[in-house]
Amino acid sequence: MSETHKTEIDKITGVETTGHEWDGLKELNNPLPRWWLYSFYACILWAIGYWVIYPAWPLVSGYTTGVMGYSQRADAIADYEAGMAERAVTGAKLVDASFEDIRTTPELLEFANANGAAAFGDNCAPCHGSGATGSKGYPNLQDDNWLWGGTIDQIYQTIEFGIRSGHDEAHIGDMPAFGRDELLTKEQIDQVANFVASKTGLETDAGADLEAGATVYADNCAACHGEDLKGMQEMGAPNLTAATFLYGKSLAAIKSQVTNPHNGVMPSWEGRLDPATIKSLAVYVHSFGGGQ
Amino acid sequence: MSADTEHGHGGEPEEWFASAKKIYPMAVHGLFRKIKWTLLFITLGIYYFLPFIRFDRGPNAPDQAVLVDLTGRRAYFFFIEIWPQEVYYLTGLLILAAVALFLMNAVAGRIWCGYLCPQTVWTDLFLFIERKVEGDRRERIAFDKEPWTGKKIAKRATKHFLWLMIAWWTGGAWVLYFADAPTLVTELATFQAPWSAYIWIGILTSTTYLLAGFMREQVCIYMCPWPRIQAALTDEKALNVTYRWDRGEPRGSLKHNKQLEAEGLPAGDCVDCAQCFHACPTGVDIRKGLQLDCIQCGLCIDACDTVMTKVGKPTGLIGYDTDENIQRRIEGKDPIYSIVRPRTIIYAAVIVAVGLTMLTALLTRDFAGINALHDRNPIYVIQTDGSIRNGYSVRLLNKRTHTRHFMLHVEGMPQGTKVEAVGVDTTFADRPIIEIGPDQTRELRVLVTSPAGVKMPESTPIVFRLTESVMGEVVTAKDFFKAP
Repeated sequence: MSETHKTEIDKITGVETTGHEWDGLKELNNPLPRWWLYSFYACILWAIGYWVIYPAWPLVSGYTTGVMGYSQRADAIADYEAGMAERAVTGAKLVDASFEDIRTTPELLEFANANGAAAFGDNCAPCHGSGATGSKGYPNLQDDNWLWGGTIDQIYQTIEFGIRSGHDEAHIGDMPAFGRDELLTKEQIDQVANFVASKTGLETDAGADLEAGATVYADNCAACHGEDLKGMQEMGAPNLTAATFLYGKSLAAIKSQVTNPHNGVMPSWEGRLDPATIKSLAVYVHSFGGGQ
Repeated sequence: MSADTEHGHGGEPEEWFASAKKIYPMAVHGLFRKIKWTLLFITLGIYYFLPFIRFDRGPNAPDQAVLVDLTGRRAYFFFIEIWPQEVYYLTGLLILAAVALFLMNAVAGRIWCGYLCPQTVWTDLFLFIERKVEGDRRERIAFDKEPWTGKKIAKRATKHFLWLMIAWWTGGAWVLYFADAPTLVTELATFQAPWSAYIWIGILTSTTYLLAGFMREQVCIYMCPWPRIQAALTDEKALNVTYRWDRGEPRGSLKHNKQLEAEGLPAGDCVDCAQCFHACPTGVDIRKGLQLDCIQCGLCIDACDTVMTKVGKPTGLIGYDTDENIQRRIEGKDPIYSIVRPRTIIYAAVIVAVGLTMLTALLTRDFAGINALHDRNPIYVIQTDGSIRNGYSVRLLNKRTHTRHFMLHVEGMPQGTKVEAVGVDTTFADRPIIEIGPDQTRELRVLVTSPAGVKMPESTPIVFRLTESVMGEVVTAKDFFKAP
């Protein structure tokens, strides 16, 4: 090789060239500054030190752990535990605070909303939807139509004990199965369904006997749903004049619900979620805008 | 230098590096030295003392004239206060700085490098100390070769101590731009300042000490990109520190050239006294022409002028001149200086345009702000009475340093529309009145409900209008009202 690599000295600068030529331009082989080269060596030493101290090289089943025993996973877990400990402190304050205190204390309100949003996504969204708008049979929590009451205390109670959940304190109040249990005849059911439809802005069947329906309503329904059809939250009886119905707003749906009603279940979350989280959920759900 | 590089590939190991040749710049006196001292005092004076200047902004804002408040996310410059979202003013400043650099270069070469660059200014200051402690060029060369005696150790220690003090003050002044200066000085002195302050002082102390004390011209030659860019931007009409070789060559000792003259042979004015490159802080010989290593500080001009005066020749053998003029002199024409030419006019025009744009933006900017974000899920909510409700996250800004009240109004909705801001109980004519603290933002959930019985179209364009209660300042945000 030494024969072919004959050193050439550039005439003007007196500096050796690399022997490479591009379009008549030759590159001078100027040496690096000393500090530059030493910085480069220092970087190599740094890298070696890094390999010794920190996890660096992958092995067949594992990796070099480094003398410090550093682990990002352990760091992350420690961070997580620190975060949970911090959360427990604010959570304890939340449990002790009244809803009015929470509303007027930005720190607690912010915590409750953030905690509530996370818990809602994990526990409530499967039925009520990620946007809390519900679907047929699962109430919309965004609107102002509350079956069991929309104050923050009522929402809290509903979340804690549930509806027809089997818990001693749960809301109970079944819609009787007027058709299935033969409490009303099919004709009477048609009459009362048409009566309700006429009161809530729906089309009625042609030739429906609304007066007979009114009588059936007064005798069988008014006790819970009220003379004015506005419902009764103590019984969980829905407002029959509302724009939205839980099981669908149509004459057929009303007939079906009188004949063989759905009586939906909301689980009790007491014991399944910690008290701070249940309280957070009540605050969060109330904040959607429909809360009273 | 050349001895290092003359090793061939043939057998003998080649040197892998060239040790930097130590440069001992000689002291000079003259116009450019005076300019450099003046600029050094001004620039360092600004840097070291600016954080202590006070500027009254009222009760709810800091009274430091220049402050970058990183935790509060505000930047203050006298009467200007910048929020994080207005950081584009910084982009404007950087564009101005770049074009100003181009303009300087088109007019008179590396003015920035020679007079204003921090690397130059601090190196100059460090050299001054070196000269005061160890003596001028000759003494320093001799001093370096002296054996290590107590006296040498004492002088060296003095020099490094003084360098470190300046470096430390440099780092110390830096952190004062990021906190209330007098408070931070007290905290630093009583060891109660945040650890980050000490770390930054440490970093900047060491960079100043290393860069101005040791790296010096190596920074300009190897690290800085500007010499490369500058070389591509200069032209034959730009003033540069130039050796007028047409007048100076052939060079020779005074005696030799006088003899040549006597014999009627051509003799140049350059007496080859070496003062120009002895004075040079980067160690270049300006007589080789414009070169990358030359920062164009003009000290060789002072050195040469001193010699020319002594030997009774006109000054200006080295001076600010253009390539074009040397050519013209050779051709027997008068030199021309064309500072105003298309290139400089364009650069100046860009500076004026960017500056005016920024100024207009600054003078007409809002001191309130509103952003609205429609809920994504649900898009709308049907209420019991059939009315439709839409939810929005609305962020409001008050950039004034006092508490202000704003009225929120929604335009584009039918009569009877209800607008509620959750948590805001005060209203005027059913419109929420929102209080925003000094220099703060407030995020609110705003609920807009259409009147019952009004059939809303699928999408209605609406405008959130925020009106300030005293001065009537108005800001708006556009959005939509959605319905089934």
